Amino acid sequence: MIEVRELIVHYNGRAAVDGVGLSVAAGEWLGLIGPNGAGKSSLLGAVAGTVPHQGAVRIGGRLSLEMGRREAARSVAVVPQHPVLPESMAVIDYVMLGRTPHLGYLAAESEEDVAVTEAAMWDLGIIHLAERSLGSLSGGERQRCVLARALAQEAPVLLLDEPTSALDIGHRQQVLDLVADLQRTRSIAVLAAMHDLTLAAQYADRLALMIDGRISVEGSATQVLTESAIAAFSGARVSVIEGPAGEIVVVPRRS
Amino acid sequence: MTTDTLRRPSVFSLLLVGGVLFGALVAAVLIGPVALDPWAVLQEVLDHLPFVDVDSGLDARQAAIVWELRLPRAVLGALVGATLAVAGSAYQGVFRNPLADPYLLGVAAGAGLGATIAIVASGSGAVVVPLAAFVGAVAAVVATYALGATGGGRRTGNTLILAGVAVAASLTAAQTFVQQRNAETIREVYAWILGRLGTTGWGDVALMAPYAVVSIIVILLHRRLLDVLAVGEDEARTLGVRPERVRTAVVIAATLGTAGAVAVSGLIGFVGIVVPHTIRLMVGASYRAIVPLTVLGGAAFLVLADLVARTALSPSEVPIGVVTAIIGGPFFVVVLRTSRRGAL
Repeated sequence: MIEVRELIVHYNGRAAVDGVGLSVAAGEWLGLIGPNGAGKSSLLGAVAGTVPHQGAVRIGGRLSLEMGRREAARSVAVVPQHPVLPESMAVIDYVMLGRTPHLGYLAAESEEDVAVTEAAMWDLGIIHLAERSLGSLSGGERQRCVLARALAQEAPVLLLDEPTSALDIGHRQQVLDLVADLQRTRSIAVLAAMHDLTLAAQYADRLALMIDGRISVEGSATQVLTESAIAAFSGARVSVIEGPAGEIVVVPRRS
Repeated sequence: MTTDTLRRPSVFSLLLVGGVLFGALVAAVLIGPVALDPWAVLQEVLDHLPFVDVDSGLDARQAAIVWELRLPRAVLGALVGATLAVAGSAYQGVFRNPLADPYLLGVAAGAGLGATIAIVASGSGAVVVPLAAFVGAVAAVVATYALGATGGGRRTGNTLILAGVAVAASLTAAQTFVQQRNAETIREVYAWILGRLGTTGWGDVALMAPYAVVSIIVILLHRRLLDVLAVGEDEARTLGVRPERVRTAVVIAATLGTAGAVAVSGLIGFVGIVVPHTIRLMVGASYRAIVPLTVLGGAAFLVLADLVARTALSPSEVPIGVVTAIIGGPFFVVVLRTSRRGAL
């Protein structure tokens, strides 16, 4: 569903993304890990079509540079790292913004758009908050609103930029469970920049380690998350161990 | 959740604000130094509608007071108020700043300078006045926007307002200079600056109507997109919108309306802050509901303000700009105190 070849993104005069290639199939979750400033956000921006780039980005076989802004937004939904949440906007108004790419420039929403919006809120368990203002919600509830907006976009590709960095561990799991659910039930291709290596290993089908604008390793969590690789990119001392259910766990270790 | 899920203003709120507007218009036609029989006034107004022919029983002088003085003045107030209020909500939406308003952004001062030059050159009431006002207003909004970016910051925060204040101050100085150099028109210009609703019968209404209609319609059509802009330019792009395009269209429409309003009625401040924020308190933050109600509310507000202006110290008149400033000043402080970061 996502095909990236020889992607280069210039940011502040240097190549933030420097010749990246990757692909994500429908219904697959690719986790993007790596240190801050490695170019993960630039890569996501290029895939979303909002950041100027060289190289080829194909979404569902279509070259992104040939798509208009609206068509791109119908293909790719983005959950940004720091979403802007207008405090006094009602949840339903916010989620309905996801319908924007399906509407003509000056068109108003139809009953169908309302139905899709309400279904998205229902799927994310925020339908009871519809008339509440965003400012009155907890961090976890707000993150669900952002996801619901992305869901209302009905795009086959979902990009997440550190979607859980502002949440505590319980809400992190909830949000990632919801994404995994959408990935499965709607066959959405998920490309997510992820901070927490353990969660990345558990939720993503594959991981790509990005350093200095390039992908240095790509593969299963066992292939990518080695103690030496993590030490090399983050300077952290960690142990990579197997959890009780055979899952990969990355734990910090004191020297 | 079936009636208001389309996020239009509720029928109740439309009826409420529309009712206030209707009441304001009726009061504006009935109240004045010459007491007139309400029923006769109604008949007089009806008589002027197409295909209606009733005898109101008013004599020619009374009929002229209704049809040539009070009604056009009320209608002009409604048009100017609706336009200034909706322009305020539009600027607040595109600049994502609750304090944005035609006056704080320097737009009105630009229109004022343009109009002053035109009045000095060819007298007030000339058709060229609104055009000159528009040129001045566009120059001012461009200057404010460019200046607001030079700090390197985002053009939405307080830098924008500070830039607007700086632009307004320079343009007002230039306007004062032009005014001083042309002593023969100084009274005419001064009376106009203080803000006043025309007493020239239907002429000013005809002059203002096209500006009001175009500006209001364009902003009404963009109200859903103003909600999209509320999440910022980057996210608006990921939702398939080109923020520059929306901003340009809305700013031109709001500036055109402001220029027309300034040209016919002078500098009437604070309408663009008081009305949209009052409506926002009533119906919440969605521009889909705010914009239509702001049109009605702005019209009602200025008709009522004019009523106060001409009755408070009757028989003399307080300039309407003074009335709106007396209401708007304290209101502005309230908005400043209650608007938090990110709240619109």
